Parts: sequence; structure tokens; C-alpha cells
Amino acid sequence: MKLHEYQAKELLATYGVASPPGIVVDSPEAARAAAQTLGGSVVLKAQVHAGGRGKAGGVVAVEGPAAAEDVAHKLLGTRLITAQSGDSGLPVLKLLVEERTPIKYELYLAVLVDPSTRRPVCVASARGGVAIEELAASHPEEIATIIIDPLTGVLGYQARSLTAHLGLVGKLASSAVETVRGCYRLLMEKDCSMVEMNPLVVTKDGRLLALDAKVSIDDNALYRQREITAFEDKTQIDPLEREAEELGVSYVKMNGNIGCLVNGAGLAMATMDLVSSMGGEPANFLDVGGGADEATIVGALRLLLKDPNVRVAWVNIFGGILRCDTVARAVMQVHERLRPSIPFVVRMQGTNADEAARILNTGPMRVMLEADLARAARLAVATAMH
Amino acid sequence: MILVDENTSVIVQGITGREASFHSRRCIEYGTRIVAGVTPGKGGTTWEDSVPVFNSVERARRETGANTSLIFVPAPYATDAIIEAADAGISLVVCITEFIPARDEVLWHRYLEGKTVRVVGPNCPGIISPPAGCKIGIMPGSIHKPGRVGVVSRSGTLTYEVVAQLSALKIGQSTCVGIGGDPLPGTDFVDVLRLFEADEATDAVVMVGEIGGSMEQAAADHIRSEMSKPVVAFIAGASAPPGRRMGHAGAIVSGASSTAESKKALLREAGATVVDSPADIGSAIASILA
Repeated sequence: MKLHEYQAKELLATYGVASPPGIVVDSPEAARAAAQTLGGSVVLKAQVHAGGRGKAGGVVAVEGPAAAEDVAHKLLGTRLITAQSGDSGLPVLKLLVEERTPIKYELYLAVLVDPSTRRPVCVASARGGVAIEELAASHPEEIATIIIDPLTGVLGYQARSLTAHLGLVGKLASSAVETVRGCYRLLMEKDCSMVEMNPLVVTKDGRLLALDAKVSIDDNALYRQREITAFEDKTQIDPLEREAEELGVSYVKMNGNIGCLVNGAGLAMATMDLVSSMGGEPANFLDVGGGADEATIVGALRLLLKDPNVRVAWVNIFGGILRCDTVARAVMQVHERLRPSIPFVVRMQGTNADEAARILNTGPMRVMLEADLARAARLAVATAMH
Repeated sequence: MILVDENTSVIVQGITGREASFHSRRCIEYGTRIVAGVTPGKGGTTWEDSVPVFNSVERARRETGANTSLIFVPAPYATDAIIEAADAGISLVVCITEFIPARDEVLWHRYLEGKTVRVVGPNCPGIISPPAGCKIGIMPGSIHKPGRVGVVSRSGTLTYEVVAQLSALKIGQSTCVGIGGDPLPGTDFVDVLRLFEADEATDAVVMVGEIGGSMEQAAADHIRSEMSKPVVAFIAGASAPPGRRMGHAGAIVSGASSTAESKKALLREAGATVVDSPADIGSAIASILA
């Protein structure tokens, strides 16, 4: 689950990591008042679940309450399209109005679970405000990493080695040690997938502040992080993805016209890859999971058909625990109830595939059965282009 | 065969649950020796009139001599179950449970460091060895055939797809290992590749990876320097958009090195036969063995 910047900063503050003074607003009038309170010279930052806001015009520095109101008026209610937001962008319903901070220099700091060491790690660089992936590729020596033993947490010497790498001394160095420890405790106690500050800045008056902050929560741990689930902002999630979540299936909207319904994440990805390699474009990733029942599959098909771009539905099932005849019945039910106008290509293998074929052969002509994986994919691609 | 053999005897943790019962029955039908179940509070009872249920793994192991555990307990209790099995002296733990929080996985990994127990999974279909008549997991047994190809995969149903292709071409399997879709698996590609390389019953290996993480990169290094047996690889997720999690917790492109393209290139350079279409995996193995 992604958090907004202002939520991330609230959490960080409770772990002793400071940010510039700021106020969250949802109207131009409130933006004006906030700018007034914060002394006039402020930055307005669109609160959306995507990076790249600055380049997209979602972060604007202004002088004075009137200018703040004006910019807020222009930003609120629009959709911000960033490099990470997807083509339709994300709605801007809240702004963080923040005091403008005179910056001496920018740093990078993140804590996350590293799959290769199977430990939490803290990654830092004296070059902040840049894409860390690119920096890792071009200047790996500029990135310092400490591997944290969950038994001990961040040890003093480890934190000191990081701050030394960042070139911090004196009061700033001890402030950075506290920041590293705070971020690690936040990661572990709140089940974060990542805590990232890019940039973490040293101000001209010698303070260490999180200028931008990104925190995401491990979805698998939400059951024990009840107070954090209150942070969820459903307006930032695609409506179809939201519906999928409620249905208990995994759906990712894409830009093509071949609607895919598959059981299992790996097979669902492979199904998309197959149509892509044949020149087709998947409309979505949709994994109904191993133990889906007929109602769930009906719901998932209904969801798939709601995407107006979909020109063919491709159902690719390898029956194991999920029996093919269950899926066939769901396909029939959807045809009887919704009378979809688009054709279906159905490919089924495994448990009860014969029974499924018998059921579907009595069905409408628009349901095309093809048992071979590659031939079924080709049929779906050709049908979408037709 | 690897990881399991004729002497494998299994405890099912959480055996009285609905899913666990269903799959335990299927495992027994396939030939697996399930000798005990563990459900705290139900010790002293008998599951389906055939398998004794104990309150603890320690007791179950002491009474039955089992060496392997199959875990079906829900995610909030799964870490406890893994560590309980390890502490009881179980040598192979297969954890089917999905949705275990990453922090818990960090903790059990840390706890098991330096211990000899092997964990396969979590969030995996398990292990099956057709020649041994042993299935410890949730895969459909009927699609498998005894033979000499090893399969290792991060996926469930995509593995069944691969196995069905192999069996249809009359290519049997020595052992199939699902290492699972989580970012922090107990056993990774390199572990399984090493076992297959040393296994006299395996002639070639199919490896099914996906986007996200760096396990396939490590596998490529291992294949280059340590593997003499042929490896056919497929990497799922070439068409996945960056930054989006594709079903599996670990399947997310987060930077250039975790894309399908980059993993395929490394595997190719390392000498593996990389297929771009999931429909071609069976035929690729067939032409290598021909």
C-alpha cells in the first residue's frame, strides 16, 4: 500500500525524523491560509501516488498567500500525469503546503528489505535528488550500504560509517545517526516495504530535513497495521483495480485490447508475454488465484469486460485445484447474464478440461475453444485485430 | 531425484484445515508417506481415521521419526510453524502458505542462519518427484511422468503448464521444485541448480523465472561457472509494466536489472537455452535431449 508524502512525513515525525513545517489542504482558500501561517514563501506539492511530480508540474514554489491560492486553484481537481502515473494520470485532491527551505545540499537515504541478503539494508548517497537506480549504475562508489541484523538493529558503528560517507560531522552527523535508526525502526515496526527520503537535505542553517519522503506498506502485513490502513487513499487506485481488490483477485490495468483471465501469477504474466510476442497488446494482468470459485470468476470476467478497450477476452486456465469445468460454467453464466458483445477465446488444460469443453461446446458461437497454448494466443491476437 | 526419496516421511502442519486435508489426501494417493499431522489442541485425535494428530512438531517427530514437514497454516502463524519445525529437528520444510509479511520472513531467515534445515517456499506449490512416487505440495500429480528432467520454478500454474508440455512429449521429470513467488524464498534457483547438477537421476533442467529481484542473475552466474547439464530457461513478465506488482509479492520490475529482458540476456550469455515463448519450453528440452 502506498502512502502520500504528507502521511509518510507524519509517520517519520513520530520516529524522530523531521521535515519542513507543512499543512495539508484540499481547497484554494485553505492553501492561502496555510501559506499565511507558514510565512508566505512556500512550496505546493500535489499529493498523488506517483513519483516524478516535479517534472510534471505538481510541485510549485510560490511567494505569498495570493499566489498560493492561485496555484492551488489550478492544481486541485486536475489529474497529474507523471512518468510513473500511467497515461490517465492521478487525481490531485490534496496539496501539501510546505515552508520553503534554503538548502545547502541534498542527500539520499532509504531503508528497505534486500532480497539478496535477506536482511533490511540502509542505502545512502551524498548525491540526493537523483534517480538512485541510475546513480547505482553510473557511480556505484557513491552509494554506501549497511546490512542490518534484525537481532541487533542498526549498530552505532554502522550508522557512523554511513554518516561519514555522507560527509556529515558534528551535530549533523548525530542527527543523521538518529535518522537512520528512526527509519529502520519505522520499517520494522510498521511493516514498511520501503522508507525513502530523496532528497534528505541539509539546510543552510544546519538542520537535517526530509524534503521528500516515500513510504509504502507491505500488503501482506496490513492485517496487523490497522491504524495505517486508515491512510489508504482509494482515489489513487484505478477503479477497476479497486474492484478487483474487493473481489480478491489480482488485476493490473494495461493499455491494450486483449483482456486476459488466467489462474496463477506466473501463467498470467506468461500469457501476456505470449500475446505481446505475437504483436497483440494485453488489456490487463488478471490472476484469479488457485482457489477461485465460480462466483469469483464471474466477477472477474465482469470486471474484465468493463474495460471499454477490450475487444476479445482470452481465458487461459491450467486446471489444478481450480477445475476447468468451474471456469466453463462461469463463462456460460456471464454469457447468459451479460450477453457480452465481444468474442471469447478459451484455452483450458488440466483438471476436468474435457467436461469444460463439453459445457462450452453447447455455448454460443462467440466462445472459441482452443486447447493448444500458442494457437489459442494467435487466435486471440487475430480476433483483437479483426 | 533431489530433496525427497523413498525414505521421505512427512508431517503436515495444520492438517485438520480444509485445504490441508484436501491436499494431504491427494499427496497420500500419489504415494507420499504422510505419517503425522500437527494441530495444536487436537493432539490425540486421528485425521481421516488414518493419520495421528499431535499438538507439537517435536512430539510428532519423536513418535513417528518423520524428516519432512509440509506447512499449510495461515500467514500470521506460518513463521512460528517454520521455526517450530526447524527446532524439532525436521530437515526439510515445505511451506505452501501465501501472504507471509516480509518482516516475518526476514526474522525466520535470520533464525535459521547456520542451521542445516532447508525451507522450500513459502508461497509455493511444493516438491514432486515422480520416480520416488513422492508429492509434497499442491500440484496436480496426474500431469507428471517419471523421467530425467529437473524443473525449478518461481511459479505454480506456469510450472504445471511446463510439466504438461514435457509429459505430452513423453519427457518425464526427476524432481520438480516450486521455490515460490515471494521475494525472500527459503531455497533459491542456485540451491536447486546445484542439487540437480549433482543428481545422477537428472540429465537436464528447466528453469522458470520471472521479473523482480536478482535470483535469476545469480542463477546465470552459477550456470556459467558450475553447471555442465543443459538448462532451458523461461522468464515470465517481459510485457509487465515497471513498478507494478504482478500477483506475486516478488514480481515487480524495480530497475533495469530486474526486467525479463536483462535476465534473459544474462542467462543466454551464461549458456542456457532461453525461450521467449512459454509454449516452446517443452520442445526446447526435446531438441536438447534428442
